[in-house]
Amino acid sequence: MTDRRRALVTLGALAALAAVPLVAGVVNQPFYLDLFRRIMIFAIAAVSLDIILGYGGMVSLGHAAYLGIGAYAVAIPALHGIHSAWVQWPLAMALSGLAALVIGAISLRTSGVYFIMITLAFAQMLYYIGISIEPWGGDDGMRLAGRSRLGGPLDLGDPHVFYYVVLALLAVLLLVGERVVAARFGTVIRAVKSNEPRLRAIGVAPFRYKLAAFVLAGAVCGLAGALLANQTEYLTPSYMHWTRSGDIIVMVILGGMGTLVGPVLGAAAFLLLENVLSAWTVHWQVILGPLLVLVVLFARGGLWSLLPGGDGRG
Amino acid sequence: MSWLLVVEQLLNGLQLGVMLFLVAAGLTLVFGIMNLVNLAHGSLYMVGAYFAVAFRAWTGSFAAAVVLALLATLVVGMLVEVIALRTLYERDHLDQVLATFGLILFFNEAVAIVWGRAALFASVPPALGGFVELVPGLRYPVYRAVIILVGLAVALLLYVVVSHTRLGMLIRAGASNRTMVAALGVNIRALYTVVFGFGAALAGLGGLMAGPIYTVQPGMGEELLIEVLVVIVIGGIGSIRGALVGAIVVGMVDTLGRAYLKPTLATVISPTAADSAGPALASMLVYILMAAVLYFRPQGLFPAVRGR
Repeated sequence: MTDRRRALVTLGALAALAAVPLVAGVVNQPFYLDLFRRIMIFAIAAVSLDIILGYGGMVSLGHAAYLGIGAYAVAIPALHGIHSAWVQWPLAMALSGLAALVIGAISLRTSGVYFIMITLAFAQMLYYIGISIEPWGGDDGMRLAGRSRLGGPLDLGDPHVFYYVVLALLAVLLLVGERVVAARFGTVIRAVKSNEPRLRAIGVAPFRYKLAAFVLAGAVCGLAGALLANQTEYLTPSYMHWTRSGDIIVMVILGGMGTLVGPVLGAAAFLLLENVLSAWTVHWQVILGPLLVLVVLFARGGLWSLLPGGDGRG
Repeated sequence: MSWLLVVEQLLNGLQLGVMLFLVAAGLTLVFGIMNLVNLAHGSLYMVGAYFAVAFRAWTGSFAAAVVLALLATLVVGMLVEVIALRTLYERDHLDQVLATFGLILFFNEAVAIVWGRAALFASVPPALGGFVELVPGLRYPVYRAVIILVGLAVALLLYVVVSHTRLGMLIRAGASNRTMVAALGVNIRALYTVVFGFGAALAGLGGLMAGPIYTVQPGMGEELLIEVLVVIVIGGIGSIRGALVGAIVVGMVDTLGRAYLKPTLATVISPTAADSAGPALASMLVYILMAAVLYFRPQGLFPAVRGR
């Protein structure tokens, strides 16, 4: 039942996203194209975090680090004249996966609040590296030398093409993610969350599975970073700032963790809210902050459980 | 580099260390007793700094501003505990991280609304201006020396309160088994509020003393908070002794790294490479330290013994 409901919500969300460019064209607001592309990019990051946070119960407060690594993996080759997306994007995934391997190998030795802190510390480390390397923009960041080139008719300079490329990647991620969490691998990851000692007792060594999930999530988030650099056409270490990691966690929780499609809804809700509130007042965070506290206190299941067919407990 | 400069840097490291300790003490107490991860603790440090500036402008006296700012931060801390955090004690760490993240956004913006986004100027009080000659040839700012003394005094006071008073006994008992303490008829809710309030006041004390040295601006709390988190993680979460040791270690490593890493690197690699690698490495140093400590001691240096 839940699986069917999830399939329906996923299809609905993707269909709605696919229709955005049409609607934006009709009401003549190209800005929406930009906004929803941004939403989908952060949705990819949030879904990747959901794999370890929602399913594996690993609260990483440093997920934005991979967003930054992905962005650097696009901007630095571009600076040296390498524009092919077929080089940049796999590089983004490989480098952030590698970073996740190192960070995970150390962090996963700890648990609970220590895990939260050490992932945060690693992200801060990378943030400070980014700040201090002047040739790569340093603190101020730098303009992207050019968007990634996919070749053929797929020109990311065309807002519609770029939009549908991101949408396709998001759809593939949700599809593959669905298979991964349903497979044996996903079962072990969920078992880690609910009872790790028992998992050990029945003869499964959880560390390798946790690390694999951590690396997978990092690599996918790296791809989101590569897309983000193309979206903003700008590279800045602030992609790795710890408040960005906080934002991504908020998206996951707001949408409903451990549901894959929930974080997509969460990313949309978060960025739309930010958009509406910031148009209304420059002090929008003074509203967003308490709102966040209220969501945590009273709407634990996120948007996912408020949708029709949810347990409604919120 | 003469040894006098080294001593001066060591003192600066100690000064940063006690500052970190003031904020870390409250945070580690709150974690040890209520099992609450409070990311918004840095906001209380910021609030303390702003209150001090505002009260000083209002009363014209630094001493009065200190007292008023401490009381105000205490009240703000208790209000936050009663309104928002009380419900979170039974929740998991994820919820606590999120809710307190929300509080950070609120506090930063609230401060920006009241006092503006630009950095405020807080001057060293005239009575504490000037230099003191600690040893012949070493002139150290009086204000920084006072910070060190106040920090060490607070550490001593905390030690006495926690290990030799009835309140401290309840705090320790609450940390090891809260259900049992409640069953013995102690009003644990009120105890929590009081402890949180005093933790907030300590952070506020750190903030109001930091004002004249660093800049008073929205977001000043988070920069410090991350270092404070490193401190309590290195020291072992929940342990005040660990917080003190961790704070001094982090303060020293950070200060000495920033002062000597670049020149030291320049002797090994080319000066231009050292120019860019030095500061990067210096700001990463405390995080590398933390990762190393956690690798060998996943519970920190002084793991607090906890019961349920």
